[in-house]
Parts: sequence; structure tokens; C-alpha cells
Amino acid sequence: MSDDQVDTTRAPVSQSAGGVVTADVLVEKGEEIYVAPQRKLVWWRFRKHRLAVIGLAITILLYLLAIFSEFAAPTSRDAYNAGLSYAPPQWVHVSFSGSPHIFAYGFTTKVDPNTLERKFTVDKSHKIPLSFFVHGEKYKMWGLFSSDIHLFGAHQGQSYYPIGADQQGRDVLSRIIYGARISLSVGLIGVAFSLVLGILLGGASGYFAGKTDMVVQRFIEFIMSMPTLPLWLGFAAAIPPGWGPIKTYFAITVILSLIGWTGLARVVRGRFLQLRTEDYVLAAELDGVRKPRIILRHMLPAFSSHIIATLTLAIPAMILGETALSFLGLGLQPPVVSWGVLLSDANNLRVVSDAPWLLTPGLFVVIAVLALNFVGDGLRDAADPYSN
Amino acid sequence: MTRFVIRRVLYMIPTLIAISFVAFIIIQLPPGSFLTAYVASLQKSGQTVDSAQLAALKQRYGLDHGFVVQYWKWISGIVFHLDFGQSFEYNRPVSSLLKSRLPLTIALGACTLLFSWAIALPSGIYSAVRKYSIGDYLVTMLCFLGVAVPGFLIALVAAYLEFSVFHWSVGGLLSPQFTGAQWNLGKILDWLRHFWLPVVIIGAEGTAGVIRVLRANLLDELHKPYVVTARSKGLSERRLIGKYPVRIALNPFVSTVGWVLPGLINGEVIVSSVLGLNTTGPLLLGGLQGQDMYLAGSIILVISTLTVVGTLLSDIALAAIDPRIRVQYV
Repeated sequence: MSDDQVDTTRAPVSQSAGGVVTADVLVEKGEEIYVAPQRKLVWWRFRKHRLAVIGLAITILLYLLAIFSEFAAPTSRDAYNAGLSYAPPQWVHVSFSGSPHIFAYGFTTKVDPNTLERKFTVDKSHKIPLSFFVHGEKYKMWGLFSSDIHLFGAHQGQSYYPIGADQQGRDVLSRIIYGARISLSVGLIGVAFSLVLGILLGGASGYFAGKTDMVVQRFIEFIMSMPTLPLWLGFAAAIPPGWGPIKTYFAITVILSLIGWTGLARVVRGRFLQLRTEDYVLAAELDGVRKPRIILRHMLPAFSSHIIATLTLAIPAMILGETALSFLGLGLQPPVVSWGVLLSDANNLRVVSDAPWLLTPGLFVVIAVLALNFVGDGLRDAADPYSN
Repeated sequence: MTRFVIRRVLYMIPTLIAISFVAFIIIQLPPGSFLTAYVASLQKSGQTVDSAQLAALKQRYGLDHGFVVQYWKWISGIVFHLDFGQSFEYNRPVSSLLKSRLPLTIALGACTLLFSWAIALPSGIYSAVRKYSIGDYLVTMLCFLGVAVPGFLIALVAAYLEFSVFHWSVGGLLSPQFTGAQWNLGKILDWLRHFWLPVVIIGAEGTAGVIRVLRANLLDELHKPYVVTARSKGLSERRLIGKYPVRIALNPFVSTVGWVLPGLINGEVIVSSVLGLNTTGPLLLGGLQGQDMYLAGSIILVISTLTVVGTLLSDIALAAIDPRIRVQYV
């Protein structure tokens, strides 16, 4: 009798809890809300988080840049012009004389005979025409398709530096766009590694509970209590210098994820412990469903959205880790280009004061990290569309 | 309470042993023994290698034996004689290098912690009490930036501004004209002028985290019945918030030390390298780059141990202010 009472008081509460969240959505979606799958509910809720949506748009844009770097960058990664070392940014000008067109001024260079410093003066008589979908330097998209069309820039043979040049006269913007490929993918691959570790260890911890849980938890606490950067540095310093770029790249991502999986493991474990006692899991067990099927079919869907949110929040940490390692010279090495490698050029005050635009890769790091954090926050809030 | 402290100290021992293993693994990781690197660097500089000296070094570090023997020789030297081995790059015992660098690292860490508390407490309370006000949004935005902007980038930009806008000397903790001078007011002021920047930069990330935790916790407390009761009794808003909910929400302040400390060390390594401070960070970096592994491994061991001890202290402080925590352990 008392059990019945508890149940009847419980039912309306849980219904109204669902109702509160969906009430405002209910107005616009009407009856659809009752039949919408979870994915749709999460998306509706995510969409209301304005910063998260902006973050998502920026993230997609950055990843598009990374995927189509050859097309998006005005020049190729290593195109250089030693005569234009540390050339300053050339601003875009719009002219309405004749048909409207855009251009940038060229410059004349002079080398100071005493200090050997190169001086740039804007040459107003020399106009470099700019346009979209311009025929510039030849490239091979993903090493497969030949083309010479660039999203924006000057024609073949004209030197144009939208945000300035580095020491060897290479275009900083193009290098940032190529660097996005490495910097952003380190986050994804590193997170994939941590996902495997996190699910295996966190899952085991939450599923077997008891002693296993105790051991894994102490292990996680141990890793979390260590300062990560010195550890990363220590392991990164052991990568043999003879390793090729691809091997080094994977070694770095593995090092980053070896220490970064702990947060994810905690989320997985917490969810496992919570879900194990849910009625529907018990029902499945009583029905004689086998363990793997219970985990994959009944429990996993319930916390996959939480995992995705945690993963999204782990990507920026990886990006920052790679940037710090490469900046300090113990991560990726040139000729590989990542945002951290580019920033390591700026690790010299003399250089920075002459060419402050070498700091712009840092701006991209900040934008990418902020955007991914917003997306992660939004996802975390939307991960459980039935709760408040 | 005594039982709690003893238990907690005992818990720490396996962690410390594990840390020493990790540090030793890092020492062992580079291919070849450190002796080959040492011999190579000697030969490069044109010095002859004394085979008797080599044999003595081999004997001392147990290089002919397995991992466990080498580990034991290393760790027992540290525990019983404070002998961290020899830095081959500086040609000095690691312990003397540590002695010259560690105090500044600790001072920097302590000041940064105090700084981030001093900032986080008022801003956290403000942004919880005035939720969704312009000030709250401002604080939240700054927190997001604090987490997203890597410390070394702020350090670079700040150094750039100091150098090219204010024409200050950058790098180190003293202007060149003071380096050899006696301590006087001018020197202290100069030192302070250089010291606040790394403190602010290293503190930025941790401060942002603490503010977010404090705000969330305080928001949970602000609507509890006891707050309503206090208000209905006619307590002034300032007094009632300061006296009850803030005290409860302060717990994470102490408990977050556990993860703020590792962050501090991370920031210290990279920011000190950019700003050229004489702390352990640049020493660690140089040691790793020059494969001076006893130096690097010892620094990793020492700063990780400091972190763990700091966490222990914060746990004890937490138990002292919150009886609920004590009860869990007894």
C-alpha cells in the first residue's frame, strides 16, 4: 500500500520535470515533442544556447579551413621569398574608380647598410590586384587533385602578405591555415585515444565496482595530482629526434592522451554507477538479457551524449597541450607546421617587437579553444534533455 | 582529527612512491644511458674521458645492474643523503641547483595562490549574488578568456608591451642596473615591478576555475531555507550572505587547491621560460633539451612532491573547517 502511494506521488513529479524543460519547446513544436528521438531533443535544447551555436559555427569554419587548407590558403605552406623577410601586413583596399575592385599596395625594400635591418615602405604606385577564386600557385589538394585556384589572394608571381611574413618571407596566414590541420587534428586524435582508455578503465571501474573501482580511482587521483606539463615535457623529450614527422605527431598525441583520459574515465564511471541501479536496467537483467547487450543497447545510449560533451571539452585541453609543447620546442618540429610551432618563432622579444604579427597564431588558438569550450558547455547542458 | 591526519599522511606514501617511479622512468627514457650522453658531450668539447672516472660513475649509479637496483641507488641517495645526482650540463650536484632555484618557485607559487584567492573571493561572491548582472557577465567572460588564453601568450604580449610601449627591461626579476646592487628600496620596488606580472599571468587560469566553482556553489546555497529564515529575521543582506552561505561555499576554495597547484606548476614552467625567471621551470626545460636527465627527473620529482604535499595540507585544512569531511574518514 505504502509502495503504491510512493509511486503515485512520484509519477506526476517526473512528468512535470519533463514538462518544465520541454514547455517552451512544446509551444513551437507542438505534438512532435512526444515522438521526437533523443537526438532531436538534444539539438532543440542545444540550439537555445546562443554562445554554443556561435561556437559551433566557428568550430565548423575552422575545421573546414583545416580540411581545405590548400584551397583556403593564399600560398602554399613553404613558399618563401628571402628578400621579403618580416614583410609587414598588406591591408586590403577597395577602389571604386572604374569597376569596383580590391587591391593591396606593394612595397619597396631597403637594407640599412649598418644594421642590415630591412626597411619596408609602402609603394603607392604599385598596386597588387586581389580577387576571390584567383589563379595562384599550383597545388595538389590532399596530394590528389591538381589545381591552382585559391579562395582569395593575388595572382601567380605576386607576393602578397595579408597579415605579414615570417623570417624567411613565408606568408603567416597561409601557414596558420596549414597549421590548423595539425593543431585541430591533434585534439581529435588525442581525444579518440583518451576515449578508448577512458571507456575501458572508467567502464571497468564503474561496472565491476568494489576493489577494481578502488584501484582505478586511486590511479586516476594519482595522475590528476601530478602537474601535467612537466610530465608531457619529460615524455616528449624522450621521442628520438630521428623519428619522422608522422611518427612524432602520433607520439605527441599519445603522450597528451595518456594523461588526459582521466576526466573522461570519471564521467563514464559516474554514469555507470548511476545507471546500474536504474529500473530499466534491472528490468532488462530480469528479462535475461546478456551483459554486453545491456551495456551497449540499454546503458550506452543513456550516457553517450554526456560522453560527447566531455570529449568536446577535452579537445581544447589537447590543443593547448600541443601548443605549449611545440612552443617550448619539445613537441612537433619544423618543417611540420602547427600553431605551437609557429608561435615558437615568436619566442624571442627582439623578433616579436619587430614583427608582432608572428603572434597571430595565438589568436587562432584562443578562438578555437573558446569556440570548442562553448560548444562543450552547450552540449553538457543539453546532454540530458529530460532533466531540468 | 589526529586520526584523520595520520590516515591522510599514510595515504600519501604510495602516491609519493609512484611519483618517484614516474620520475625515474623519465630519467631512463632517452635511448642509451646518460653516461653515453656525458661522454659524447665531453668528447665534443675536446676533453679526454678518464676511464677510472667513468667506472666510478657506473658504480655509483649502478649502471651495470637492472632497473630496480638503479632506481634504489637513486632514490635511497635522495631520501637518506639528499643526493639527487650530478647535473652534467652545469657540472654541479643537482641539489645545489635546486637549492638556488626552488625558493623562488615556491614563493611564486604561494603568491600566485594568494593572488588568485584574493581575486576569486570577491568576484565569485559578486557574480553569484548579482546573477545575470552586467558585472556577472563581465566576470564570466573574463573567466572564459582566462581558461582559453594560454599563459605564455599573455606573457609574450605583456613582454612585448613592456618592451616596446613602456621601454622597460624585460626578463628576469631585476633590471640590469640592480643585479649586483645591495638591497635597498629601489631594488625592492624594481623586484616587485617584475614580480607581479608572472603572478597575474600564472594565476589567471586557476582564478577563473575557482570563480566558476565558487559561483556555482554559492548559487546552490543562496536559495536554501536557512538563508530565507535569516532574511525573514531581518538580518542585513551583507551580514547574512557573509555569515552563512559564503562560509559553506568557501569549501571548494580550500579543496580546489588540489587541482590549482598542478596548474600553477604548469603555468610556472612555461611562463618562467618566456619571462626568463630563475625558477625551476627553465631549469627543467634546459635539462630535458640537453638530456641532462638527473636534473630534469629530480625537478619533476620535487615539484610533483610539493604538489602532493600542498594537496595534503589543503585536505587537512578542509577537514579543520568542515566537520562533515572529518567524519567520512574516521
